[in-house]
Amino acid sequence: MTTTRSTPRTATALTWNLLDRRPADIPIPAAETGHITPEWAHGGTDGSGVRVCIVDSGVEAGHPMVGEVAGSYAVTGRDGDLAVHEVPPTDTCGHGTACAGIVRQVAPGCELHSVRILGENGGGTGDALLAGLRWAIGQRFDVINLSLSTSRPQFNQILRELADDAYFGRSVIVASAHNARIESFPWRFSSVISVGSHAEDDSDLVLYNPSPPVEFFARGQAVRVAGLNGSTTRNTGNSFAAPHVTGLAALILGKHPDLTTFELKTILYLTAANVRGA
Amino acid sequence: MDQSADSTAMIAAVSGALADPGPDDRELLASVVRVARSIFGAAASSVFLFDRERDELVFEAVSGEGEEFLIGTRFPAHRGIAGWVVDTGEPVTVDDLADSTLFAQDLAERTHYVPDSIMAAPVVHRDEILGVIQVLDPHPQCRSSIADLDLLTAFAGQAGLALHGLVRSRAARRALALGGAEFERLAGIIQVLAALPEDRRAGGLRLVDSLHEVLTGMAR
Repeated sequence: MTTTRSTPRTATALTWNLLDRRPADIPIPAAETGHITPEWAHGGTDGSGVRVCIVDSGVEAGHPMVGEVAGSYAVTGRDGDLAVHEVPPTDTCGHGTACAGIVRQVAPGCELHSVRILGENGGGTGDALLAGLRWAIGQRFDVINLSLSTSRPQFNQILRELADDAYFGRSVIVASAHNARIESFPWRFSSVISVGSHAEDDSDLVLYNPSPPVEFFARGQAVRVAGLNGSTTRNTGNSFAAPHVTGLAALILGKHPDLTTFELKTILYLTAANVRGA
Repeated sequence: MDQSADSTAMIAAVSGALADPGPDDRELLASVVRVARSIFGAAASSVFLFDRERDELVFEAVSGEGEEFLIGTRFPAHRGIAGWVVDTGEPVTVDDLADSTLFAQDLAERTHYVPDSIMAAPVVHRDEILGVIQVLDPHPQCRSSIADLDLLTAFAGQAGLALHGLVRSRAARRALALGGAEFERLAGIIQVLAALPEDRRAGGLRLVDSLHEVLTGMAR
């Protein structure tokens, strides 16, 4: 595919969010998108048959914005002795339920699963993140939403290997970029689909970032999300941008189930509003 | 405690006693929350320290509502929006709190102020979450914007440096207290040396050198 650009590819700085710029400021004129249109990619599908896993704080089943949770698991244990067990579908702090509600809104027919890596009486650890992600990849979920990251460098290499396993095993990891401009993982890896937030109040708007490492922008600002005990709030943060792309990936895979991660990412690129709209 | 840990504690204690960065760090923290409150046109802004040993969040700096009585107040570390931030390490803005059960209403009532909107970001220093900075009821124009969350994260960076200094100086003072009279005497000598006028300091240092030589001889 040949592309021409009006802006240089090299970024002067890393871009975590799309701040101070509008979608029209980052046009990417792709010369040949061919038949790859949003209609071709996901028109008429609701994500049915696609298994999505939320790796987070758990998901509250039965929430009006979430609905059924097909499987609910948690990483339990301490230090090196961690295991994944089936648990009741509840959420410790609401973060996972908020993400699940967004995925459900975008892809209402998808099958939602949850693995909790944030403990009930303490923050998540890098070890729990690894264990939960490894388990989710082993279960061969089609899409794994990870609105969390770790900044501890000792987890870098093992997370990179896991992300590669997922990439080649056709489990797509959609990871939110850290809100702060710090180095964290695994969203920085090229094998995952990384998402930051644009500043538009449009839940359908997905943009490709011409200045990676963040590859896509989706809505993360003033998002109506599911809260605990059936409540709702309006939240802002990159955590809520990633589930929009997770839902979109589920839609695309619902229509084209045999895509590799590379093909899926390419379709997300070709159907991004600033690419096809150029 | 082995010898190297002992000497590390002594150095920390001596430098802590010498520099006593506590007051400056407290002032910096107070300044961060004051500026954050002002920039966001908020009812209040505060910084919590995450006390890992007791698994609690402690108010270290407050500007606005509650500033007269909240410093030192403790809350469970994993409840409410500050608890979410400690758990996930991610900043967040939550609006329409009246509808939210994530928001720990009972905890907010203990602060005598129940907000409708909270922005919160982790206070991080070298990959470690030291605490949380939050802004209560920012001006409606500053709510729900990812750019404002970015700005709060920048304040969190400053708060991280101040909180780190505060924690370090407290640890040094604890070590000083545990070390007993030896550390205190040593710190006292260094304080006197530091306070000497330039012309007498050289003489003071010569005395310390002589003492060091004698003590080294005794240790052989």
